[in-house]
Parts: sequence; structure tokens; C-alpha cells
Amino acid sequence: MSWISNFTRPMINSLFSRREVPENLWSKCDNCGTMLFHRELSDALYTCPTCDHHMFITPRERLKSLFDLGIFTTVSVPDPIVDPLHFKDQKPYPKRLADARKTTSEHEAMLVAEGNIGEVKAVVAVQDFSFMAGSMGMYVGNAIIAAAQRAVELRAPLILFSAAGGARMQEGILSLMQMPRTTVAVDMVKEAGLPYIVVLTHPTTGGVTASYAMLGDVHIAEPNALICFAGPRVIEQTIREKLPEGFQRSEYLLDHGMLDRVVHRTQMRDELATLLRLLLNERPRSHGDLPSPEGEASVPAEATGTA
Amino acid sequence: MQNYLDFEKGLAEIEGKAEELRALARQDPEMDVEEEAAALDKKAQALLSDLYRDLTPWRKAQVARHPSRPHCKDYIEALFTEYTPLAGDRNFADDPAVMGGLARLNDRPVVVIGQEKGNDTASRIARNFGMMRPEGYRKVVRLMDLADRFNLPVITLVDTQGAYPGKGAEERGQSEAIARSTEKCLSIRVPLISVIIGEGMSGGAIALTTGNKVAMLEHAIYTVISPEGCASILWKNAEKMREAAEALRLTAQNLRQLRVIDRIIDEPIGGAQRNPDAAIAAVGRTLTALLAEFDGKDRDEIRSDRRKKFLEMGAVAL
Repeated sequence: MSWISNFTRPMINSLFSRREVPENLWSKCDNCGTMLFHRELSDALYTCPTCDHHMFITPRERLKSLFDLGIFTTVSVPDPIVDPLHFKDQKPYPKRLADARKTTSEHEAMLVAEGNIGEVKAVVAVQDFSFMAGSMGMYVGNAIIAAAQRAVELRAPLILFSAAGGARMQEGILSLMQMPRTTVAVDMVKEAGLPYIVVLTHPTTGGVTASYAMLGDVHIAEPNALICFAGPRVIEQTIREKLPEGFQRSEYLLDHGMLDRVVHRTQMRDELATLLRLLLNERPRSHGDLPSPEGEASVPAEATGTA
Repeated sequence: MQNYLDFEKGLAEIEGKAEELRALARQDPEMDVEEEAAALDKKAQALLSDLYRDLTPWRKAQVARHPSRPHCKDYIEALFTEYTPLAGDRNFADDPAVMGGLARLNDRPVVVIGQEKGNDTASRIARNFGMMRPEGYRKVVRLMDLADRFNLPVITLVDTQGAYPGKGAEERGQSEAIARSTEKCLSIRVPLISVIIGEGMSGGAIALTTGNKVAMLEHAIYTVISPEGCASILWKNAEKMREAAEALRLTAQNLRQLRVIDRIIDEPIGGAQRNPDAAIAAVGRTLTALLAEFDGKDRDEIRSDRRKKFLEMGAVAL
């Protein structure tokens, strides 16, 4: 009985359910247990109205919440060589990739888009933790390079939302090489005199934290995100003592000088708009979602914010 | 006393027998064992070169970590003159896991930096087993800035099982320190030559290895995660480290094919631990040759070439 309900039924459900259609209109906050209606949850950008717990949000929904009127254009990212090491573990790497593509309906672990944030043109790269734990491999490297190049081309700031378990082991040394590779990319943006803002989201760990996620002009984090190089379990094994409450969480890093600000997801758009205008020496923003008087009439047709 | 690895058991027996014979002969001068012992030596030598001709990736990992392998300090003492260590990150502390300072290589002033694991219990503890803390990476940044300012080439000797996973290290910004160190490697306008002499493990290594030229000893390893760590994550079983070592392509030979490294430095038969002097001398020759490639090269070009090299990583597959 138990394996029928625990295994077979979810398997059957997953075959028939579509990602866009919530199979259950109610979900429970993982932190405080409050029952949340799906509209309420998506309106709050997947943060809990009761306890402010920040849950997973897909990169597309994130982008939609950031750009003016929810309109953005994706920036194309060149595909790297698939499975460059012919990596063999219990499941072939191409199979893992295919599975991740199926469950997320995304191509890879990073999505790059351009659009306006508070009437400032910006390039935004969002790492997708639901895609193989957001792991940094050649594709993520290519995405950051593409984002940086586009930012320089447009003379626009680059904003990067990080979320990753670390490097993608299945790409071995080439995943490690993304640390210098992405560093070159973000330095191109900085050397062009453009802002590079990092927003660290839960969780950002390992080689990702130790490269582009810690090289921003400004470091913002969402509340209570785990941000670290070595994970808490590894440290507990090394030093054989219990770690303090809140260790390696956003607020702890803020206290230790590693972050500039901790910002609630629902305030992120305003925060970024204000910051960008300050850094670019632009006039303060007129509030509201109206397009600028000059009119951004040339919004490309393919600009889609998929719900 | 030779330190044998598990796959060297047969060798240990033969060498042990030869040693026993010679010990007997020392007690009894009448006995003539030399012929027999020499035959055993020959057999041992043949077995040794056989074993090391085609080491599996996991065996290479074992050799790379061999306690008798020459370490950073041995290379610095043997290859450089006037080594003048410089200490501290000017913020918090000095990190003894990383050595660094001014020195001369063939009379030419350079900045040399390298991770030192220590070679006995006391020095291993003092050096934190070659696992750097943020202050170590910040010292590296300082020394590279110094090299850049005075136009001195930088040589890094890489040998670490990774950056230190500790509470204080995290609180003081291990990630940020590593990121800045890698960034510094990419921004200096002097030649940066890195040699992986033992283990080049993960972010803790790349922060020193982002060089114009990266050379690697024949049996050294360079990888994003230790075979044990990879096995415990992907196989859910740390005992699968042999399979993980295989899958990670962490050998110098594979990394050369991937163009992640530029040069493989041959080790003496039986590995650097069998003949440290020969291994050190080979590294010295490689450093001299690689440095010479930068003579007369424009400072900006040195920097842009290095950046280009890393941007293009991953264009070649196995």
C-alpha cells in the first residue's frame, strides 16, 4: 500500500500534470505551515505573507517580476559541447540533462534577459536552482559571458541572481574553469564602467560563491538565504562542533561584512531600480509602472514574459 | 624508510627482501648476498616502472598525496636563491598554509607563492595541511600586486586538498577571498606561471592556478572535487572513489588533452617521492623554459592573452 501511494501515484500524477497548472490550489509554507492559496503565493512572489519565508521562484517568474510591465527579451546563449568528459556515474550525464529539461521546461541552469527596470535598460541573468541544483558548468559560463557582452554592448548594467549547489561535477575540471571564465566576464562589465550587481538567493554555495557571486559592486541577498563556500555539514565534520544559529545565512553574512543589503523579494524591483539610477547618475524615478513619456514603442514582438 | 602505497605491496616485498639480505650480510661479513640482492633490485626496478607506466587515476591521486613527495618548501629551497618570505594580509593574520615572497630564479627576481602541507605532524598542524584561510588568499593578492608594481614574474606552486572549511574562514569571507585571488591572477600584467606539484583541488587551487602557463607534474591531480567527495555525492558512497577519479578526468594527461594545462613535467620512475631531487630539477627546468617565453612581451598583452585563454576554456572535449 505504502509504495503505491508514495511512489506509483506521484509517478502517475507527474505524467499527467502540467507545470503551469497547479494540481493543488493550496500549498503549505515549508517554514510556518500556513496554508496559502496559489494566487496569494504567486502575488507575493512565492514568499510567505505570514512568516516572510522565501520559497523557490522560477527564473521566468523572477524576470517577470523585475522588468517594467513584466516585459523582457531573452538573450541567446551559445550551447557548449555536450558531455565533454564522457562522464560516467550511475546515470549518464546527457540523461541527467534531459531529465532536468523535462522537469523544468528550461534549457539549462541560467536564463539571461534584457529589458527595463524602472526605465533603466538592464541585463539580468538568473540561475535556476531547480535545474541540476543550478550547477555551474560550461553553459552557465557561456550565459554569464553572453550576459556580460550584451551589457557592454548596450552600455547597460548587469544584474545576476545566483543560486547553485556549486560546480557541475559532471563537467569535471571544465566546471572549475568557469570560476576564472566568469570572473573575466564580470570584469569586462566593470571595466566598461557599468554596474555589476549580485543578488544572492537561497542557496548560493561552493565555486559559485567563490567567483562571480562575490565580485559585485553591490551585494544584495534575499532573507535567510544560505550563502557559503563550504557547506555547514562539511564544516561541522571538520571542526566537530555545532554551528551557531543562523550561521551562513544572509543576515549573518550582512553582520560579517560580506553583503551590502538584505532585501525582501517583493521589494527587489524597487530596490534595484533605485540603485541603478543612483549608480548611473540618473534622475530619481517616477513611481508606478507607466512607460516613460518618450515611449518605448519599439518593444519587440517576441518579448514575452511567460506566466 | 620507504612509505609504500597499497598498490606497491608487491614492490614492498621485493625491496624488503633485498634489504633483509643486506642486513644479514652486514652482520656476517662472510656472506655474499650482493648478487642475489642486486637481482632483487633489478626485479623491483622493473616492477616499479611497470606500475608507474600506466597509473590509474585513483592511484595517481594516491601518489599525488604521498607524504614523501617534495612539497612547496622543498622546491623553494632547492630552486630559488635569496628567498625572502613576506607575511600577512594587512587585515587579520598571516596564513602559514601559503608560503610567499621575493626570490631569485636563475638570478632573476621573481615573486614565488605556494601552498605548503608540512612534512611531519608538527609542521602539518602549523601549516594547516596546506588548507588556506581567507587571509592566505588575501596575502596572495597582496604579493601579486607587489609583483605587478615592480614588474616581477609570479610563480605559483599548487598543492592543496582545498581551502579550509572552518567557521572562522567562512566568517571572514573565504568565498570572497578566493574570488578576489582568482580575479587578481587574471588582472596582473606580469607573467604568471603555475605548477601543480601535488593536489590541485577545487576553488582553493584555482585561486592560485589561473596562470598564463599551467604546468603539472606527471602524477599530480587537478580537479573540481576530490574523488571521495564526488563519490559520496554522485554514488552516495565514498568508497566509489576509484570510479569517481576515473570519471573526473583529473590526470595531467587528460587535462593536457582538454587544454586546461599547457605542459606535463615528467617525474622520475616511481614518482617524485622516489627521487625528489630529480623531480625538483625537472620543475626548475620547466620554469626556466616557460619564463623565457615571456621575454620582451608587452605587459598588456600578457594580461589579455591570459584572459583570452581562460575565456576559451572548454572549446575542446575529450
